[in-house]
Amino acid sequence: MREFLRVAWLVFRKDLRVESRSRELLFTTVFFAISCVLVFSFGFVRAGRAVEGAAAGILWIAIAFSGTLALGRAFERERYHDALRGLLLAPVARPAIYVGKLAGLLLLLAVVEAIVTVMVAFLFEAPLFRHPVRLFALLSLGTLGFAGVGTLFSAMLVRARSRAVLLPVLLYPVTIPVLIMGVSGTAVLIDPEPNLAMARLWIGLLFFFDTVFLTLALWTFEPVMTE
Amino acid sequence: MTAMNRRLFPVLAGLAAFFFVTAPIVIIRAPYESTMGLVQKIFYFHFPAWMAMFLAVFVLGIASVQYLFRGKPAADRLAVAAAELAVVFGLMGLITGPLWGIKAWGVWWQWDARLTMAVILELILVAYLLLRQYGGAGSERLAAGVGIFAMANVPFLYVSTEIWRTVHPRTSVVPTLPVDFGLPLWWSFAGFIVLCMALLAARARLEEQRAALDRLYLALEED
Repeated sequence: MREFLRVAWLVFRKDLRVESRSRELLFTTVFFAISCVLVFSFGFVRAGRAVEGAAAGILWIAIAFSGTLALGRAFERERYHDALRGLLLAPVARPAIYVGKLAGLLLLLAVVEAIVTVMVAFLFEAPLFRHPVRLFALLSLGTLGFAGVGTLFSAMLVRARSRAVLLPVLLYPVTIPVLIMGVSGTAVLIDPEPNLAMARLWIGLLFFFDTVFLTLALWTFEPVMTE
Repeated sequence: MTAMNRRLFPVLAGLAAFFFVTAPIVIIRAPYESTMGLVQKIFYFHFPAWMAMFLAVFVLGIASVQYLFRGKPAADRLAVAAAELAVVFGLMGLITGPLWGIKAWGVWWQWDARLTMAVILELILVAYLLLRQYGGAGSERLAAGVGIFAMANVPFLYVSTEIWRTVHPRTSVVPTLPVDFGLPLWWSFAGFIVLCMALLAARARLEEQRAALDRLYLALEED
């Protein structure tokens, strides 16, 4: 277990160092997320006012879209100089590599979400921060589920043809439950009279989804990545 | 598998033909439902089509696990056959559903729990086929991974959509149907399930022959 965490930490630190030198992923993903929210603003604003009830959906779609972009790029990087093969050849537990990559993506998406959430709250007059702990729980669990499946899919598509288009094609249908739960939970929180029992239910469901899907991802990462 | 397939297929195909030839007679003889009239008879196709799809999806999930962890090529051939059939039967369900809906609800489509789930499941299966088609070499393995995730998704879809209010009739009405309606339903059900199994056997065999042909071709080139 100690060794597992050490490997995951090393992979995470490697990604962090690569990113800190170029800042490519951070800048492009954040900018993409911002333009996503802006595009939605133009799409959903009528006579100078935002359409009611659109905030929860826009927040989660912006996260899903920018998340897909980041997932694709994070593994595109491993293709140069056969870096991924090097990683897979290392005599370490393969699921640890998955966990390390996932941790890096979660950190990146956390930054994106911090910005996007403030933007949506500001542009769509959504009282997103009325229940900060619950919102945090929804966002973190939702992101974990989305990125957990996404990291596996993105890793296995590295060797596939037309991976750029196949990632969203595969990822969105499979992660639709996360989007449904995230959007429904967030919509409950910004309701004028929030039904907090309902919010708890969605958070619980997300937790359950994450448990099952992360277990599956850790279980299938090894055979899927074997050539 | 091969030998079993060869013997199994004629039996299954014969049975399916029997059920499909006789089903219209059984369905015509069934009484008209009081409020829906003739349109209610769509049900004898709609429900069995979905059941056949679920059978195919179930086979896909099991075969994907078998292929990924045991590396059995036969399991992969069965998986691709099951995925294609699931899409076809799902499409049948998605077409017959709105035909019923326009009469029963007055609209073609509603974002109701059951309908949402059905369309997402269909979407996942089409994505699976796209991956196999355009993923290039080695995509069978990746597809098996996706197949497992698709299966694991079904209960979540079920729960997350079941919380919404639903207009779709509950599946629990099926066992309580009176005999007049139940007989044609189970008749068609048997027909669809047998047809699904026959097509599975045939499609898996086609894939098997294709693999054998590839092997021969490679062997010829090596010489």
